[in-house]
Amino acid sequence: MCGLSKGKTTRVTIDADNLRSEIRDKSVKVLDIRKEEDYKKGHIPGAINLPLASLLSDDSPEKVLQYTQSFGIGDETSVVVYDDTFGALASRVAWTLEYIGHEDVSLLDITFGTWKKLGLEINTESPSTNKSNHSLKLKPQILATADYLVHAKEKGAVLMDNRERLNFLEQHIPGAINIPYRMLASSQNILKPKEELKRLMQNRNISSDSEIITYCGSVGTLSGLGYYALKSIGLDNVKLYVRSFKEWKSLEKPIEKQMDANYWDLSAE
Amino acid sequence: MSNTSVNQAKPDNLPKHKINWGKLEEAEYFAEQVKLFRQGKISKDDFRRFRLMHGAYGSRMTDDYSMIRLKLPAGELYPEQLDKVAELSDSFSIGSAHVSTRQNFQLHWVALEDVSEVLRGLVDAGMTTREACGNSVRSIMCSPLAGVCPDEIFDPTPYAVATTKFLLRNPMSQALPRKFKINFTCCEKHGMVRMVDIGLIPQQVEINGKTQLGFKIFLGGGLGAQSFVGHLLEDFTPEEELLYTVVATVRIFDRLGNRENMARARMRYLVNEMGWEKFQNLVLKERAMVKMVLSVLVKLDVDKTPDVLRKISISSEMPYIPQGYSRWIKSNTIKQKQSGFSSVFLTLESGDVTSNQLRAIADMARELTADGQIRNGFAQDMVFRWIKDEDLPRLYAKLLEVGLANPGALTMTSVVGCSGTTSCNLALTNSHRLAKEVQRKFIELKIDEDDDLRNSTIKISGCPNSCGQHEIATIGFYGGGGRLGKDMYPLYNMLLGGRADEDTTLGHTCTKVPAKRVIPTILKIVEIFKSEKRQGETLDLWMRRVIQGNGGPNIKSLDDIKELLQPTIAVPTKDQDEDFYADYGNDASYHAKTGRGECAA
Repeated sequence: MCGLSKGKTTRVTIDADNLRSEIRDKSVKVLDIRKEEDYKKGHIPGAINLPLASLLSDDSPEKVLQYTQSFGIGDETSVVVYDDTFGALASRVAWTLEYIGHEDVSLLDITFGTWKKLGLEINTESPSTNKSNHSLKLKPQILATADYLVHAKEKGAVLMDNRERLNFLEQHIPGAINIPYRMLASSQNILKPKEELKRLMQNRNISSDSEIITYCGSVGTLSGLGYYALKSIGLDNVKLYVRSFKEWKSLEKPIEKQMDANYWDLSAE
Repeated sequence: MSNTSVNQAKPDNLPKHKINWGKLEEAEYFAEQVKLFRQGKISKDDFRRFRLMHGAYGSRMTDDYSMIRLKLPAGELYPEQLDKVAELSDSFSIGSAHVSTRQNFQLHWVALEDVSEVLRGLVDAGMTTREACGNSVRSIMCSPLAGVCPDEIFDPTPYAVATTKFLLRNPMSQALPRKFKINFTCCEKHGMVRMVDIGLIPQQVEINGKTQLGFKIFLGGGLGAQSFVGHLLEDFTPEEELLYTVVATVRIFDRLGNRENMARARMRYLVNEMGWEKFQNLVLKERAMVKMVLSVLVKLDVDKTPDVLRKISISSEMPYIPQGYSRWIKSNTIKQKQSGFSSVFLTLESGDVTSNQLRAIADMARELTADGQIRNGFAQDMVFRWIKDEDLPRLYAKLLEVGLANPGALTMTSVVGCSGTTSCNLALTNSHRLAKEVQRKFIELKIDEDDDLRNSTIKISGCPNSCGQHEIATIGFYGGGGRLGKDMYPLYNMLLGGRADEDTTLGHTCTKVPAKRVIPTILKIVEIFKSEKRQGETLDLWMRRVIQGNGGPNIKSLDDIKELLQPTIAVPTKDQDEDFYADYGNDASYHAKTGRGECAA
């Protein structure tokens, strides 16, 4: 949709059929973001395991670059990321790759659980990888810090909180709007069809040239999915506040709350 | 798009909704109106009226979120519709739905900007929110046992559906002085026909050797700050007169209802002020006229095609009967008039059900009910009908897996609680949570197993406005605030002896009970009853005897009960008991706070 004017468009998501043919052509590197024990029980053929916890233990650009090179990912390699957590963990990894300057990264549009339910190929072999070279070209325009957020908010940026509704009501960054991550998914896919996602924005009077900063609870996973949801409908000026609400609170910044209502008692859990 | 699909194959003999009550253009129009409202191009009041007409209330202390009320005529639901409600709640609400006392689902804390998306989704599955709120004819209720009740004369469901078909979006019901409620029931025992604007019970008479179907119709009842019991219009209203009677009543209300004073606008005030006989005459005259004008053009479109009953072929042999089964059977199931089948009532907590539970209920309906449907009940519950008796253990086992196998649905342990301070602007107390607390405690105490208490009910409202139907409970409560010196605490006004059957009675005020003393107070009442009861007497009947002045030597009146409760309801100082001064669900001290009510906008 937004690719006409650009030389190369990166797809935000890829479907199972296309991924399978790219795996057959060996034209793609696939990253599995689940825990090692789950990965060992079976994964998409050829997928390399990068548990999110390993990445988060040190997500400095240098360390991420090291991972990238050890997986044999070069500057031009197509990368596809998947998880079994509605795409949120995969999104965080995809965003991290994008941040160090890797352009061609997409999310598998279904979770591993759905892949399995569909009866698609699974194996337990760990692929061998050859080290590659990858350059480091940081993309600060997709990262928001707390200071940047405050500044951008004053200038009219939209703040989007992707946590669940009740958590949002309990506390959030003042002025944020709430689009819970579950609102982004369809029953089959990690993201709703484009026209539905577009409607969510149109209903909120958010124009396509708005600057939007997404955040969630702690490490930028749910909001990573929010980031890609917005990208999938052609919104380009989107940033991830990757340290999210956990950092915001630790910095003792102002917090807003929906007062005088016992909404938690509606939960039937 | 992927050519692979995760949609699992479902049996192809599943019934699907027959009527699509929804309209896509209404969802689209709603989205447009929200945008105009946000741009300041529609006034707040106009927008509120519009929003309510489409089933969206404001939420507690904020109009940025809505409580969306679905309109589910006769409480009828199909599995695909439950799946849709679950999906919409996951996406746009809080991952659960709430069954109201009028058979509807409510979705809470939906962003105003997403209401139109929910409406769209509902249309996909044949549902609507149209005229679920506002000054309209609200969803027409019908007993969840209609069609299977051993005591019913005929199934009123097709009439409830047909009346909805006539009234929904009908210009005559768009701007009434106030909301208007119609209930059908199967029999005297299972309905609430004397506490609504129009209540109907199936009847039949022999005329010249021919059987004539019709209804007993009650008019002018209703619960609220001031409640009234409905009056019988005539001994027998033939089915051909049903539509004209309804139209005549709505027209009189539309013409003469009090549009000046919102608090006196419901039809029951008109009936009360005018006097029943005068109102009755007006309705009968109006009906004659309506009939002359309309009968050539308008007939009620009653579809009596019976539901297709599927053959359920489940191997029902269970390796063992799960624990708690016999207790559950006794308190949650009713034998249908059709031999070999039972109806099963699910015990929810204050009507709350998670989206995962909704999906599980949908699957159970697909697998185990012959009619492939679900009905929402009158008491914030959900009902499976047409379960083969031999499948009951299997159903129980499935309910256990998803936390829906609590006993007590048809007993006093199943407590009604309105949404209270969890979402309602008018609420003074957290009645929703209190109802859950009472229910949990009473299940723990196995109150559901006590035959003396089975017929009794506990209903709790968070304010005097009766959404929790406290006036028709054996033990009813409505929320308020109390004060000791400077310190406020949450309390409930307790009413005793209400009932909604053929002896419909409104509860009598007994005393004020602090919120944190409600549970011990009910237990104390049970204790007094046990020491006073005659052989075989149940709590509700003892209560009636006391109210009628026929109590025993110790308890002659409600005042005597009040006297015995004094130690239980005594108010400690804040230093003695700080928790007493906080409502359920709050750590901080209680303060009464309300916003503007919307029932009447």
